[in-house]
Amino acid sequence: MVERKTIFSFLPHVILLAGIFIVAFPVYVAFVASTWDPATISNGQMPLVPGPHLLENYYQTIFVGTAKSSREPVGMMMLNSLIMALTIAIGKIAISIISAFAIVYFRFPFRMTAFWVIFVTLMLPVEVRIYPTYKIVADLGLLDSYLGLTVPLIASATATLLFRQFFMTVPDELVEASKIDGASAMQFFKDTLLPLSITSIAALFVIQFIYGWNQYLWPLLITTRESMQTIVIGIKKMIVTQDALTEWQIAMATAVLAMLPPVLVVILMQRLFVKGLVETEK
Amino acid sequence: MEKRVVFDGKLLPYALLMPQLLITIVFFYWPAAQAVWQSFFIQDAFGLTMQFVWFENYQVLFANPDYYRSMLTTLVFSCLVTFFSLSIALMFAVQADKQIKAAGAYKTFLMWPYAVAPAIAGVLWLFMFQPSLGLVAQAIRALGIDWNPQLNGGHAMTLVVMAATWKQISYNFLFFLAGLQSIPKSVIEAAAIDGARPARRFWTIIFPLLSPTTFFLLVVNIVYVFFDTFGIIDSVTGGGPAQATTTLVYKVFSDGRLGGDLGGSAAQSVILMILVIGLTAIQFRYIERKVQY
Repeated sequence: MVERKTIFSFLPHVILLAGIFIVAFPVYVAFVASTWDPATISNGQMPLVPGPHLLENYYQTIFVGTAKSSREPVGMMMLNSLIMALTIAIGKIAISIISAFAIVYFRFPFRMTAFWVIFVTLMLPVEVRIYPTYKIVADLGLLDSYLGLTVPLIASATATLLFRQFFMTVPDELVEASKIDGASAMQFFKDTLLPLSITSIAALFVIQFIYGWNQYLWPLLITTRESMQTIVIGIKKMIVTQDALTEWQIAMATAVLAMLPPVLVVILMQRLFVKGLVETEK
Repeated sequence: MEKRVVFDGKLLPYALLMPQLLITIVFFYWPAAQAVWQSFFIQDAFGLTMQFVWFENYQVLFANPDYYRSMLTTLVFSCLVTFFSLSIALMFAVQADKQIKAAGAYKTFLMWPYAVAPAIAGVLWLFMFQPSLGLVAQAIRALGIDWNPQLNGGHAMTLVVMAATWKQISYNFLFFLAGLQSIPKSVIEAAAIDGARPARRFWTIIFPLLSPTTFFLLVVNIVYVFFDTFGIIDSVTGGGPAQATTTLVYKVFSDGRLGGDLGGSAAQSVILMILVIGLTAIQFRYIERKVQY
């Protein structure tokens, strides 16, 4: 930029390419492992190029399950993860957008109290109150159900704050115009506010989908039935402490499958994802 | 800032708030209150009777060397992961910022580990470093080091730190790059004209201007290491060997489940809550005022 171009101007590229290598290498190794047979891997002789068992391994992983530890096939787990991620993302956005709407566009007693009640939850990650939350979900009879898996993770102060911030930037004139047209509050919400919020909603959806898909501790505790397992939990159970029993080619195929949806979402919706990330955290 | 024009409605706003408030109260406040309440009780082994014991659970906790050990583990773990993930990400962001044309492409290639679940990141690293068949482990052993994270606490810690750092670099990179790109180029050019060399420009101009971002990331990273690395620890080491990788959050989990010590686990939860509230308060006090994107 300021300096004259020298022979060193390629240095940043070298550093960044090294960075990409570090970031990609573990995933590449996992992919390669998912294409070899168990014997090649357990000998410790696995080459660094893909082997001939790709289709076979992935077929077994998705539809059959592992042989030795009698796990459910991963296809079912992916479906569970998908249901969980979608429910959390859609649920969070739905309840946050209407509560932000209430806080910004109405004046009523206890408005600020409600805001603070929501706001404080920023400070209480589910991990720190895990057993009492588990007990409540158990008392409500929601163990091993999609409701129990998702609803406790749905309330989210960050999404409410994001929508509140966005609504604040919407010009007052739009409300006035709607009121003159005789629109009710909900009509204004549906016809004016919602279309304006589409980008924010989409950005938030990307972030929350990843959040939901990647959940670990919560599904680990509240799902006991194998048929309710998510893929992120499933892979952990494939790794057996006695190493001889671990079917690494299946475990690695599962890892690749578990990464695929969220990574694709991030890469395909890059712009929205970055916008969502920077704004939500703000 | 308040809206000038609002809608009338007596019940509607409450109806709109209801779903979120209901979930928040049932799944946040109630369990949090239960944790505090439970931390004052000792339960017998069968869960039949509860005895109110004031602060005994806390006293037992603070008299237990294991608790201090997991505190120390958490501290070491947070410091290492935060330091490495921030400094490596900053290095990449500075390099990417120089390459204005290619920055977008590098961003795409460096950001996606954000989307990988911590537990999966752990499994990837576990496979590479698995003593008997891991690619990297074999290379280390070929160098004559008896690498074995299943037996050696230091090795286990190294492994979880690497996985946790790998996972977090992309997040820090995105924020650093956004921060760097918001610094006006004219300021840096002016310094260059005054004869400041690149290294000097970085430390006297760019780095101070990035400090709000850095501070924000510092807090976020500490919270990440505390809570989100649970999946990494559970999938890679299970807290072992000999509790060498048992962090505070992992201890809440393992004491409550395996030990059945609900009072003690609750007391630990309460201490963690206080820690998080402190961290979040710091974050908001400083971030709200200083960080601009």
